[in-house]
Amino acid sequence: MDSIWEGFVKAFALILSFDRELLDILLMSLRVSGSALIIASILGIAMGTLTALRRFPFRDTLITVLHSCMGLPSVLVGLLLYLILSRSGPMGFMALLYTPSAMILAQVILAFPIIASLTHSAVLSVDPIIRLTAQTLGATPFQAAKAVVHEARFGIMSAMVAGFGRAISEVGAVLIVGGNIAGFTRVMTTTIALETDKGNFALALAIGLILLAVSVCINLAFYRIQRRTTAGRS
Amino acid sequence: MPLTLTLNNVSKAYDDDKILSGLSYTFSAGETHILMGANGCGKSTLLRICALLEQPDSGSLAYSSGNGELQVGLELRRRITLVLPKVGVFNSTVFNNLAYGLKIRSIAKNERTERVIKMLKFIGLEHKKNRNALTLSSGEAQRLGIGRALVIEPDLLFLDEPTASIDNKNRELIEAIILQMKEAGHTTIIMTTHDSSQAERLSKRIILMKNGKLGAA
Repeated sequence: MDSIWEGFVKAFALILSFDRELLDILLMSLRVSGSALIIASILGIAMGTLTALRRFPFRDTLITVLHSCMGLPSVLVGLLLYLILSRSGPMGFMALLYTPSAMILAQVILAFPIIASLTHSAVLSVDPIIRLTAQTLGATPFQAAKAVVHEARFGIMSAMVAGFGRAISEVGAVLIVGGNIAGFTRVMTTTIALETDKGNFALALAIGLILLAVSVCINLAFYRIQRRTTAGRS
Repeated sequence: MPLTLTLNNVSKAYDDDKILSGLSYTFSAGETHILMGANGCGKSTLLRICALLEQPDSGSLAYSSGNGELQVGLELRRRITLVLPKVGVFNSTVFNNLAYGLKIRSIAKNERTERVIKMLKFIGLEHKKNRNALTLSSGEAQRLGIGRALVIEPDLLFLDEPTASIDNKNRELIEAIILQMKEAGHTTIIMTTHDSSQAERLSKRIILMKNGKLGAA
C-alpha cells in the first residue's frame, strides 16, 4: 500500500516537474496515435459510409469481416506486421521496422475496423428520408451521401474516439514493430510495460495518469462539441 | 420559367401489384393541378416518378419550357422539387435547413442569406431561425419543408399531401402559401390530396386518380 502511495507522490512530482523524458514519450504517443487516427478515420469513414449506402458484390462478407476485426488481437497484428516489415519480408526493402511509421501502421490496422464498423452502424441508423430529402432538393448522389454522413456525425465522432482509444492504449503490436527504443519509438504504453518490469513504478504510474488524462480530455472535447452543436434543440 | 409536364403511357408496378397503368396527361405550365384519390391509389408513386426519383416501368415523361423539351439530367432535376408528406428535417438550425438547396447549388453566401431570410418571413418561421429544426411541431416542419422547396425557386413543384396530419391553423397557413404561389404563376404546382374541399379551395384543375388511371373531376 505504501509503495503505491509513494508511487503516486513521485508520479505527481514527475508530472509537475515537466520531466523531459516524460514529455518526449507523451509527444511521441500523440504523434503516432494522432497520425494513426487521421489515416484510420479517412479510410474507416469512407469504408463505413460506402458499405452503408451502396450495394455491391461481397458487401455483406466485407461487413462481417470488418465487425470481426474489431477485436483483432494486437500481438497477432504486431507479429504479422513484423514478418512483413522485417528485412526478409515482402516489405523489408522499405526499412520501416522499429520506426514510428511501423507503429502508425500497426495502430491504423487496429483502429480502422472499429471506425469503419461504427461508422457503418451510425450511417445506417440515419432515417432514409434524409437522403431522399436531399435528392428532392437537387443533391447529386455524392451531396446526398454527404448529407447522410453529416446527420450521422455524432456516431462517427464516437467511432473516432473509440478508434483513438484503441490506438493510444495499444501495447502489444507497437512493442513488436516499434521496439520501444528510447527517444525514438518509445510511447506511453510501452514505457509503462518496461518501467513496471524494472520496478520503476513512479514513472510507470506517472505515464499511466497522463494516459488517463489524455483519454478524459478527448472525451470531454467530444462531449463539448456535441453539446455546442445540439444547443438549439432545447 | 414554369415547366409543362407531359406523361405518355406511364406504367408502374411493384412485384405483381400494378400501381399506375398507362397514364397519359399534360400538366400545363404555371398552373396549380390537384391530384385527388383515395390512399394507395398511386398518387405518391406518380409524384416520385415525375420528380425523377423513380423510373416508370414503361412509358415516358417530357418536361418542356418556352425553349422546347428539356433533357433529363442534373440541370432539370434542379428545376424540380418534391415536398414529401413526412418532411425530412436535417439535424441543424431552421436557417441551415432552408439554406441547404441553395448551398448545394453553390449560391453565394450573401444571396443565400438574403433569400433564406425572405423565405423565413414568408413561411412565418423567422422567430425560430436559430432553433434546431428537430424541435419544430409537425405543422411548422411542414411549412419548413415547403419553404425549403420554394427558396430554390423551382419551375415545377410537387406537394405530396402537404397538409395531412397537421392542425387547422397550419393547414390554413400552407393553403395561403400555395394560393400566393398560384397567383404569382412562376411555378407549375402538382399537389396530391384526398380532401375534396381543400382541392376546390386551391384550384379548378382537379384530376381524379382511381385504380392507377387519371380522369377529370
